[in-house]
Amino acid sequence: MSVLSEARAAPPATEPLTVVPARHPWRWVGAAAVSVLVTQFAHGLITNPGWDWATFAGYFFEKSVLQALLVTLELTFAGAVLGFLGGIVLAPMRLSRNPVLRSVSWTYIWVFRSVPLIVQLLFWANLGYLYDTLQVGVPFGPGFVHVGTSDLVSSFGAALLGLALHEAAYAAEIVRAGIISVDQRQLEAAAALGIPRLRQFRRILLPQAMRAILPSAANELVNLLKNTSVVYVLAIGELFYQVQVVYGRNGRVVPLLLVATVWYVILTAVLSFFQHYVERHFSRGWRR
Amino acid sequence: MIELRGVQKSFGSHEVLKGIDLTVGKGSVTVILGPSGSGKSTLLRTINHLEKVDRGHVRVDGELIGYRLDGTKLHELPERLVLRQRAGIGFVFQTFNLFPHLTAVENVAEAIRRPDARERAITELVRVGLAEKTDAYPRQLSGGQQQRVAIARALALDPKLVLFDEPTSALDPELVGEVLDVMRDLARAGTTMIVVTHEIGFAREVADTIVFLDDGRIVEQGPPAEVLDSPKHDRTRAFLSKVLV
Ligand SMILES: Nc1ncnc2c1ncn2[C@@H]1O[C@H](COP(=O)(O)OP(=O)(O)OP(=O)(O)O)[C@@H](O)[C@H]1O
Ligand SMILES: [Mg+2]
Repeated sequence: MSVLSEARAAPPATEPLTVVPARHPWRWVGAAAVSVLVTQFAHGLITNPGWDWATFAGYFFEKSVLQALLVTLELTFAGAVLGFLGGIVLAPMRLSRNPVLRSVSWTYIWVFRSVPLIVQLLFWANLGYLYDTLQVGVPFGPGFVHVGTSDLVSSFGAALLGLALHEAAYAAEIVRAGIISVDQRQLEAAAALGIPRLRQFRRILLPQAMRAILPSAANELVNLLKNTSVVYVLAIGELFYQVQVVYGRNGRVVPLLLVATVWYVILTAVLSFFQHYVERHFSRGWRR
Repeated sequence: MIELRGVQKSFGSHEVLKGIDLTVGKGSVTVILGPSGSGKSTLLRTINHLEKVDRGHVRVDGELIGYRLDGTKLHELPERLVLRQRAGIGFVFQTFNLFPHLTAVENVAEAIRRPDARERAITELVRVGLAEKTDAYPRQLSGGQQQRVAIARALALDPKLVLFDEPTSALDPELVGEVLDVMRDLARAGTTMIVVTHEIGFAREVADTIVFLDDGRIVEQGPPAEVLDSPKHDRTRAFLSKVLV
């Protein structure tokens, strides 16, 4: 009580009061310590000849590397599109009242999240060993079109298939998280207005779910970008495979790994940049 | 005309509506009163088939809601047809339930299936006194304004009937008036309305019929003067003595 009354008595009524910001000595100590470490690391990067910056520079824009970069981008883009299309189908299935749809989706997600991507890719690459021809026709009945498996599933096709199937399982969970984050009363309001089911999903549910979906989806996209490096097991000329080919020839392992690393870092930065704008678009109505 | 016959509804073993018979004339205002948990919201929700009834039926202008009668059997309608029937019945929720990612005018226009949806939506917003707020998002509106947008949204489909479930209970006291004013105008314009509310003053002034619901049954009904001033039933008397203090 005495403290309070003192405080009240203290300021002279006429003088305007000035604010003195609190001091933070430990912030300065922390900043200094971290700066020393960062400087030391940068010094090492520049002076250690092992990094071989000349080789790095020579290969960074080299034609085969750029072509491989394009393959990485294609795999990422196509994998993401197919994966998220799959996810948009699988997530409502898993939430559906139809027990068959629900269990199929549940099983799919279970299986494709369990199998390591690299194992799955090897399976697809060896599909021809399981089935040498694929046919289109009546289920369990006669077929109309026959295709040799290895003609249909090229190694790029196998890689894309694997990535997309793998991605769909993760995307399904991300989309499902988004859907259940939307207030049930939103759908009730839409139903009360007689808005058709598909339109409810597209116009009311998805745009609101996007707010929860986007950060995880961007995370998953970055994961996918890096996961494309796993398809090197199928000898596809994506970025990581290509730098291996080069350092297999010239033995300069570290600078070439660095080439791949810096490209991955740049692509991730570009993704984060777009993420910011897309998230802002879907936060319409939530900002004041 | 709206007709409920023998409407029964249970959640699990809990019988919430125990056989409701109710007739509501075209252009009339019916206010439903009753203690919490008596089944008022459930009753409203059976009228537009947000809840399926276990027994009995609901007709709006002679059309059976949610079912097709075939001899003595009621066949459940496919969702597509139920949705089409719902478009003819406005519903105003206690918690507004506006779509937060759409502006006021987009909220109102969303369900209109006509090329001039936006113009139509603006007309409705003007009608509820929100001409200035057409492009505001729900977050940028006060509770009273949000509820008025919700009313405009319910009206935009030219419903035969508008159901209100405690439209002012979530509002600060000083905002209740603006929503009740809009509802009063609607009543005057001849809109058929069924309103669950605890606003006894509004009920007395606007209602043609007051229905008192208790424990899933209609205990008594009649014009406001009768039900509010000389209730016959003990339950009604007990309830009114609590809300009229
Ligand atoms: N979906 C549901 N599942 C199970 N029980 C429910 C459900 N909806 C309502 N109930 C129960 O039914 C009873 C009636 O609920 P209802 O919401 O119709 O009451 P109310 O008269 O509107 O009450 P209030 O004035 O509090 O809004 C309550 O006991 C409630 O717990
Ligand atoms: Mg209620």
